[in-house]
Amino acid sequence: MEENKRIKDCKVVIIGGSAGSLQALLQILPFVEKTISFAIVIVVHRKNTDEQTLEDLIALKAKLKVKEVEDKVKLEAGFIYIAPSNYHLLFEKNETLSLDTSEKINYSRPSIDVSFESAAEIYTNHLIGILLSGSNSDGTVGLKAIQAAGGISVVQNPLSADMPYMPNNAILHTTPDFVLKTEEILEFIKEINQE
Amino acid sequence: MIEDIELETLINDVYEYYGFDFGSYSRASLKRRVSRVFYLDGFKHFHDFLSKVRTDPEYCKRMIDEITVNVTEMFRDPSFYLTLRKEILPLLGTKPFIRIWHAGCSTGEEVYSMAIMLKEAGLLHKSILYATDINASVLETAKSGIFPLRMIKDYADNYRDSGGQQDFSDYYIANYGFAKFNDNLSEKMVFSQHNLVSDTSFNEFDLILCRNVLIYFDNNLQKRVINLFDDSLAVLGFLALGTKETIKYSISQTKYKQFAKEKIWRKIKE
Ligand SMILES: C[S@@+](CC[C@H](N)C(=O)[O-])C[C@H]1O[C@@H](n2cnc3c(N)ncnc32)[C@H](O)[C@@H]1O
Repeated sequence: MEENKRIKDCKVVIIGGSAGSLQALLQILPFVEKTISFAIVIVVHRKNTDEQTLEDLIALKAKLKVKEVEDKVKLEAGFIYIAPSNYHLLFEKNETLSLDTSEKINYSRPSIDVSFESAAEIYTNHLIGILLSGSNSDGTVGLKAIQAAGGISVVQNPLSADMPYMPNNAILHTTPDFVLKTEEILEFIKEINQE
Repeated sequence: MIEDIELETLINDVYEYYGFDFGSYSRASLKRRVSRVFYLDGFKHFHDFLSKVRTDPEYCKRMIDEITVNVTEMFRDPSFYLTLRKEILPLLGTKPFIRIWHAGCSTGEEVYSMAIMLKEAGLLHKSILYATDINASVLETAKSGIFPLRMIKDYADNYRDSGGQQDFSDYYIANYGFAKFNDNLSEKMVFSQHNLVSDTSFNEFDLILCRNVLIYFDNNLQKRVINLFDDSLAVLGFLALGTKETIKYSISQTKYKQFAKEKIWRKIKE
């Protein structure tokens, strides 16, 4: 890892994914300690019908608590926030989350690009964006925005992704700071804000 | 994206020149929406956009129409409608008249959904549905009851998931890619422009729906609007919000009791 590219003062880790990303999330989130000094925000594409199951599954497996995302919920370190289906998830200056039902972007609502761009604007160089498995091009533009604002971009190694299209697309069109296998992403997260 | 300072200038000017106050809208969404019209209409410099808005009332109207988010569907969140159908309508049915307000009704899909349920419950004849929005253009569509035919399959699915048992296609006539909903559904609807930021209460209601509108407002404005609804709601009336909205931060919880698992609250005292 390039040491100079490690953020000391990270406030938010935002993770985007689509098809095949749940598997990766379940290999990562259960091993993240409760004491982390940043918030984790998850934006994944899913069917409207399995609304609760993703929350329930992650809540069951993770040591961290999952906070239900209602409009204007406060973002706090040590919690996981999951974008509800059928809304775009946006970040406000007063560190709350807000929701928006506007048109789908990249055939998706929530769209990873929309949330990444919005987070980049508010959290600038205190932000890490991680893009996981998927078979859609959502997330690439968002990763670019995160880097442009001074944050760090991480892409799941396509070889370890269930659906390599999404990480591949990001690697093709951006220069990610890190390309990591699933286990390495977990190690990377454990290192965040550590001396 | 436009700059924060540009957005604030626009908000000030629109208020000063036209009296529409977007000062308490959530900035993250508003900024995306304004940027969207700015690029959509081919502007390169913000001052050109700003002077167009200032000097051309027609253009300002277009801009407001474009920055409000009007995405909606029939029977959106079927489980919500199922609760209305099974638990709320029977309670309202005991009243001689039923007055309903759809605040932020957009193009009206929500209002036609309600009319269908009232009709099936045998209550439409004694109901009146006020439907309001800040955006005059969407109200025109709402009045016409004409929706794109390509959406109808999803709506029919939602209708069934919300407990509907009739043949959904009995409610409209399909023609040239559009579905025109029957006039007997719209007979009891009254559409009018109403701005939740600046207009006052105009009647007393038994049920107020304001779904996916408050998400565009900041906490202070949400509080004010919830109080406007409180002033407009009869005791034992119901307030229904979108699935991710709450009255929790806005009004005393001793006055309202949440109904079932949905975002429906009953006013239990004056
Ligand atoms: C996303 S739509 C919601 C439509 C419908 N209630 C639903 O849930 O499907 C939001 C609507 O709120 C309206 N709106 C925004 N600001 C408003 C205001 N200040 N007063 C009244 N309506 C407003 C918009 O024009 C838009 O039609």
